[in-house]
Order: sequence, then C-alpha cells, then structure tokens
Amino acid sequence: MGAHAHDSHGHDDHLDGEQDFHVSYKGYATGFILSVILTAIPFWLVMDKVLANPKTTGLVILGFAAVQMVVHMIYFLHMNAKVEGGWSMLALLFTVALVVIMLAGSVWVMYHMNANMMPTPDPAAMRGM
Amino acid sequence: MSATIATHVNGAPVWYDHAGEHHPPNSTMLGFWLYLMSDCLIFAVLFAVYAVLGRNYAAGPSGADLFDLPLVAANTALLLFSSITYGFAMIAMQARKKSQVLAWLAVTGLLGLGFLGIELYEFHHLIHEGAGPGRSAFLSSFFTLVGTHGLHVTFGCIWLVTLMFQVGKGGLTPPNRRRLMCLSMFWHFLDVVWIGVFTFVYLMGVM
Amino acid sequence: MNAPVYPVEAHPVFGRLGLHALPIHEPILVATFIAVALGGLFVFFLITKFKLWGHLWRDWITSIDHKKIGIMYMILGIVMLLRGFADALMMRAHQAMAFGENAGFLPPHHYDQVFTAHGVIMIFFVAMPFVTGLMNYVVPLQIGARDVAFPFLNNFSFWMTVGGAILVMISLFVGEFAKTGWLAFPPLSGILASPDPGVDYYLWSLQIAGVGTTLSGINLIATIIKMRAPGMALMKMPVFTWTSLCTNVLIVASFPVLAAALALLTADRYLGTNFFTNDLGGNAMLYVNLIWIWGHPEVYILVLPIFGVFSEVVSTFSQKKLFGYASMVYATVVITILSYLVWLHHFFTMGSGASVNSFFGITTMIISIPTGAKIFNWLFTMYRGRIKFEVPMLWTVGFMITFVIGGMTGVLLAVPAADFVLHNSLFLIAHFHNVIIGGVVFGVFAAINYWFPKAFGFRLDAFWGKVSFWCWFIGFWVAFTPLYILGLMGITRRVSHFDDMTLQPYFVVAAIGAGIVALGIGAFLIQIAVSVWRRKELRDTTGDIWGGRTLEWSTSSPPPDYNFAFTPIAHEMDAWYDMKQRGAERPTTGFVSIHMPRNTGAGFVIAMLATAMGFALIWHMWVIAAISFAATVIAAIVHTFNYDRDYHIPADAVARTEDERTRALAA
Repeated sequence: MGAHAHDSHGHDDHLDGEQDFHVSYKGYATGFILSVILTAIPFWLVMDKVLANPKTTGLVILGFAAVQMVVHMIYFLHMNAKVEGGWSMLALLFTVALVVIMLAGSVWVMYHMNANMMPTPDPAAMRGM
Repeated sequence: MSATIATHVNGAPVWYDHAGEHHPPNSTMLGFWLYLMSDCLIFAVLFAVYAVLGRNYAAGPSGADLFDLPLVAANTALLLFSSITYGFAMIAMQARKKSQVLAWLAVTGLLGLGFLGIELYEFHHLIHEGAGPGRSAFLSSFFTLVGTHGLHVTFGCIWLVTLMFQVGKGGLTPPNRRRLMCLSMFWHFLDVVWIGVFTFVYLMGVM
Repeated sequence: MNAPVYPVEAHPVFGRLGLHALPIHEPILVATFIAVALGGLFVFFLITKFKLWGHLWRDWITSIDHKKIGIMYMILGIVMLLRGFADALMMRAHQAMAFGENAGFLPPHHYDQVFTAHGVIMIFFVAMPFVTGLMNYVVPLQIGARDVAFPFLNNFSFWMTVGGAILVMISLFVGEFAKTGWLAFPPLSGILASPDPGVDYYLWSLQIAGVGTTLSGINLIATIIKMRAPGMALMKMPVFTWTSLCTNVLIVASFPVLAAALALLTADRYLGTNFFTNDLGGNAMLYVNLIWIWGHPEVYILVLPIFGVFSEVVSTFSQKKLFGYASMVYATVVITILSYLVWLHHFFTMGSGASVNSFFGITTMIISIPTGAKIFNWLFTMYRGRIKFEVPMLWTVGFMITFVIGGMTGVLLAVPAADFVLHNSLFLIAHFHNVIIGGVVFGVFAAINYWFPKAFGFRLDAFWGKVSFWCWFIGFWVAFTPLYILGLMGITRRVSHFDDMTLQPYFVVAAIGAGIVALGIGAFLIQIAVSVWRRKELRDTTGDIWGGRTLEWSTSSPPPDYNFAFTPIAHEMDAWYDMKQRGAERPTTGFVSIHMPRNTGAGFVIAMLATAMGFALIWHMWVIAAISFAATVIAAIVHTFNYDRDYHIPADAVARTEDERTRALAA
C-alpha cells in the first residue's frame, strides 16, 4: 500500500490497466459476427450430416471451436500480450498447456486402463461404441 | 512498480522512497484473471471426465437419442447475444454513462436468465424421460458438466444484480468499475466454456 | 466394539445426527474427549480471566495483517501436528503389539480411521498451513511490500482452512472419520461401501479448506507479480520468493483438480451419479487418475517453499552469496512444469500397461535432476563459507542427508518394474515419510528457528532446539529404517494385524523411533516455553539477528504494522546485504501517513457459516444446510457492500514508532 499524503491524483480517473484496452462497438460487432459464423457452420455440418465421416466432422468442429475461443479471447476478453505486463497471456498459455496435458493424458491413460483392466463388455451395452 | 521513482540521484543510489510516491498498482484484475484460470481447470477436469465416460450409456439413452440441437442453438444464441450486450455495458462504462450501463446490464441479465430457463427446461425434460444424472455415467458427466456451467451462469446473474444495486447507489467509482470489468471477464469466460460444451458435448454427442 | 449404525431415514431437521453418533463405547475416544474438554475449558477460563477476548477478536481473529495471519497458520500447524502425531504414535504402538493372538488395542474400523486421519491431517492441516504460514509472513517483507495483494481474502482463506480442520476434529467425537486412506479411493469411498458420515467429513473438510488454499495461491501470485519494491526485478528477488511464486502457481493450477474430483465423488454419494461406481458405466480408476493429477503437484507445493527456506538459511549461515542463483530459479521453474508430467507413477500397478508406464517412469526420473542441482548449489554455497552452526543450519544439514536418501528411494520406485514389487508396501511409506519429514518437516523447523526472532523480537533457545533436532533426526531413522526393510520383504501398508511373529521386532524398533520423535516434539514445545520465559535474555533489538541478506531483516523485530515506513528501493539481489555493504542510511525523519487496510470480521463469519453448512451436509440436515448455504452467500454479498476498507496511520504515529527503533538501534 502506498503512502498517501493527498488523495487527488490523476489516478482516480483511470484504473491501472484500463488504458491497456479500448472497447469499441466495432470490436464487439466483429467478434459477434465471427462467432455467429463459427457457430452456425458446425451446427449445420452436424445437423445436416454434411460430411460423410463422423470422425472428420468431429475434428472439423473441434477446430472451429478452438478458433471461436480465440475470437472470444481477442474481441471480448481483449486478450493481448500487453495486458498486465504480459502476465495475463503467460497465465493463459500455461493454463492451456495444462488443460491439454490433463485432457490428453487422462484420455490416453484411461484408454489403456480400460483396454487392459475393464471386463469384457456385454454386447447389448455396446451401443454407440 | 512505479516508473517514476528515481533509483539514482546525482550518480548515488537512492535506497528509500522518501517522497512516498510508490503506489503498488491495483491487483484486482490480475487476481481475477488468475481465478478464472483456476476455474478453467475445473472445467478441464469435467471435460476430461466427459471424454472418458461420455460413451458409457449403460444400455440407456445416448446423446443422439436425447439432444435437441435446435434448442441448443437457441441457447447458444442467447448466451452470445448476452456477451455483446455486456460489451455494450462496458462501452457505456468507458463513457461514464451510468444509466446506460444499468440498462445494458439488465438486458444481459435477462438473456442470462433466459439461457438458464431453457437449460432448466431441458434438464427437467430429460429427468422426466428417465434420463436423469443417475441413469448412466454418460448422463452423470453430461449433467455435471452442463450443470456446473449453468451454476456459474446463475452466480453470474446474482453478481450482476448485486452490481446493478451497487452501481445504482454508488455510481461508476473505481472499485465499481473494477468489479464491472471482473464480471465482464467472468461472463465472456462462460461463453468460451460454452463453445466447448456445445461442440464437445452436444454436437459430438449426437454423432 | 461395533461400528455405529446410522439411520437411513433422515430426520427433517437433525438428519442422521443423534445420540448414537457419540462414541461413548470407545474408551480411547472418551478419554481423549475428557482431556480435550478439560484443556479447552482451561484455555477458555484463562482468556476470560485475563480479559483477552476483545484483544483476540480485534487484533487476531479480524486481522488482515499478513504477519498475524502467518503466525496463526503456524499455530494451527503446531496444534494439528500434535493430533496427527498422536495418530502416528497409536499406529506404531498398535502395530508393535498386534501379532498372532494379540489383537492390539485398536479394532480394525478404528485403526482404519487412524491411518486415514493421520494422512489427511498431516498433509492438509499441518504441512499446508506451515508452508502457507511461512510464505504469508515472509514474502511481503522480502519484496518490500506492506501486505499481500488481497488482505481480506487472506484472512478469509485462513478461516476456511480452520473450518476444514474443525470438521476433521469434530469427527473424532461426533460420528466417525473416513476409513479409506487419505485419498479416499472409490469404490471403497462410495456410498455403498461407506454409507457412514466418515467420507462425508473427509469431502467437506477438504472442499472448504481447498477454497481457502486456492484463494491464497491467487493472492500470493498477484502479490509477487505486482507489489515488489521498485528496482526488484524478477531475477533480483530472494530465492524464497521465487519458490513461493512457483508454489502458488502449482496451488492455483492443481487445487481445482482436487476440488473437481472430490465434487464428483460427493455427487456419487449424495446424488446417485455414476462417475466412480462399479455399475452403470462408472470407472473408479478415473478417480485415481484425477486425484493424482492433483496429488503429485501437491507434494511439490509442500517442498518447493522449503527449498527456498534452505537457500536463505544456507547463504545466511555460510555468510556467502547463494551459489548459482539463476540455476536455482530455472530448476524451480522446471520442477513446476515437470510436476504435471509424472502423476501416473503413483499407480503404475493399476494396469495402464508398458507404454504408458515407461513414459511416466522416465519423466519421474528426469524430475529428480533439478532437485539434485539444488543440492549441489547448497553444498557449493557452504564450500569456503564461514559456517555458523546455529539451529537452522543443523536442520539444514539433517535435511541434506535425510532428503537425499529419501529422494534416491523415490528414483528406485520410479522404475515401474521395481514399483510392481514395492507399490503400497512399507517401502513406499518409508520413502514418502523420508522426503516429507526430511524435507518439509525439517525445513519447517529450520524456518521457525530462523524467522522466529523476526516475528517475535527474541530468538528461540538454542539448547532445546538442538535437543529437538537430534531427537527428530535419530528418531526418524530408527522409526523408518525397519519399514524400508519390511517393505522390501513384501509387507503391505494399512494392515492392522499380522500372524508372522518374526516381523514383530521390526515394528517394535519402529515404535521406539516414534517415541524418540515424540521426545523431539516435546523438546520443541519446551523450546518455545523456555524461550518465552527467557525472552529478555534472548531479545534481539537490531532486527537483523543473523546478519541476513534479504529485506525482511531491514525491519525491526517484530516489524511495525506497516512493515516499511518508506518503501525500500532494491538495486541488487540480496537487497539488504547490498544496502549494508554500500552504507545505506535508514531514514529517521520526514515520515508521511501510511494507507492501510482495515481489520474485518467478515472473513471469519463467512468461513464459519460455510463450516456450519459442511457439518449440516455431512449429517444430511438438509434444512440447516440450505439455510447456512444461503447465509454464507448473503454474508459474502453483504460484505461487498462495505466500501470502507481502509484507513491511514497518521504521520506522527509512524514517527513515534520509527523513533523508538532509532533509539533501540543506537543502544
């Protein structure tokens, strides 16, 4: 906490970091339109069964999801490398890395566990596998 | 860290901030961002659980049997709209227009409540059909992942109403502006998580 | 002696709670309750007699001062150490006798609660509070700040941790605790195999404490990033601050995983979901996977701050700059990242197969390397230093020997083929106690002896400190060497009775070792008592009793509420040493008023309401749970309407405090 001998700074008018990003209608509109497109296409691909292979569809819509997340980060969350001296970006990248490790790691580990350890499934219960 | 503090005067080192000019910058935004990262990890675990257990139907209904994609699309639209209406609230905050802030917050809140209403309807319908969270591991993961997101939206709405009172009463003071920016981060973050939900749970769930 | 049976139909208000929950047929618990009740009443009486309630509330319970909160964490750790160690003594005593016809004095359902409670308490309510308390006290002082980034949240975090501890302690006398081991693996911890409230006590106490810990992690990261003194670049921070930064990153990045995993188990028990059940698609192995994704970073959370402590202690008592500062920092960061890539080594035997096991076996071996680098750096710091064997240095040397051996047994366990023989044997138990006691516990005692004079203005008695050290060091090796041998022979953990009498001598030796450690704990308590008694002789008026190198030693002992009248400006690493070397003069005039955060009772109130909610949920008292949940949320919202969070210490008050220091320094 700093020593305040007086209270009226230019400080009060601007929060620290408020200067880091400037919000505008254009930014939100761009983000919104991109998001609509990036949402509509996956819904269309799945509901109308556009691509023959479900695995391919799955990968494509995951790709769209990743792109839309980035769009939200930039246009709505105002994420860039300068916010909070770069610490916000660093925290985000670290978190993303951990999410990938936890997701990929858990799926890999559990796939092997299931393959080696689970009892032979009952054919009636195999629907959808 | 203040850029204005002189560390040397006439070549000699300065050892103390005698003028009392050093003000540690406010940490609220960074702190809240770090909290959001921790929340991200909770969702990551729930997604991992869904990834592992999401096809364990236990001879019960699957996503293809249950998911109503047009309804999900409607819900997605509501949440997306609520994101930009919050954005408009932030633009009004930047211009220091208190009543506009309150108006856009109200619209955002209503859209959020609409989202929750549809989700509650969906859950009720599923439970009514015998596809409740206890039916299979797939449904347990579904209800928990989507439900946790819904709980976050609920708390967001409570926070939003509280902030409307606080801004209404106290105006757009620095603490209130910080709080609005934190809620903004929270609200957009929930939309980011929803992208994962509708893609990974609903769209992939019906295939 | 049978385990209590709980009604299935919950009473609308009292849930499953009733007189049957009181363990009046268990003599050990009745005796413990009487002792605790008498002790508690005595403390209550003393506080009332000396009219200390007001002081306690105003200056401690509602305090948002990081120094007071740090001290309270340490007190919590010491109290819970006594409880957790009592569990250890009971296990050692029971296992020394329970052979053949002798069933021992603990029936199996009681023994199982003892080993579960021992683990839960030692990790969550001893080691975590100690480490959090140290970081809380020291880090703001080391970076030249006046407090942490979020002082109110700091207070709230502490009381949430206490709330969790309260629930664990209540389980001793009301109902029972979990019988599942400290990680509560399903399906044993599921509702079918453990319908009693024990696992629920476990789940809610850890969820409540976990919220506190996660918020504390966010707090300290923000503090270190944003509140460093001018001139203190990252690579000029003290090493303890670096290790604290990495530790808190680990906390924020791992406790959410614990929270989610426990929440899923809670859902299985309360809502009938099927995450970890044996039927309807559940998979209990998934719980093990998730819990260890948290569990491995957790052990680094415990040990990294301790590595920081040793860096400070070694350089101070070798009177030499720490060797290899940059490599220490890189090693810490590498450990932080790698700790997320090793978790499967805790369950090599669960069946993931050779490809998965070999990946994690290799990463586990790699992660030992940066720690090894640190040991070399400490040794190189000591080399050609002028070493003062004060008590903290004694603990440090004890650590180097003990921890390194423990680490080596860890690398042995990292080989999946070896682990197939040794998993869940007493060898594993010996290994992790080796690193946790040799690392964390020895480090905490080094830290306490090192920083006690800073916190209280007088040093700890050296004689009793040395007695405590030798009892711990000798006692540890006497207690755990037999366990290493038994483990290699194939003896499993968590077994309360054996028929093979040839094993008994080992357990008897282990029990003797535990007794020696008990003497060490006794000596530590005596050390504190004697030091308080002799505090005038042991007084330090300089604030820099050891000739320290970092900024906390530039303040008085104890520091004033505001820490620094003027924020120091850092120029080099080891900023205080630099100031002393270059003749920096302490300002004695020109003081200004200082902006400080105000004390508040809100953190205590919200945390206690949350604890009440936890208790109500444990006993299925749904109405009370709903009310206390609503009350918790409302109390939090009400707190946000309080904008009057700070005040100023007037300039003349600062001047008076500083003049006193000027006089003390001149004397």
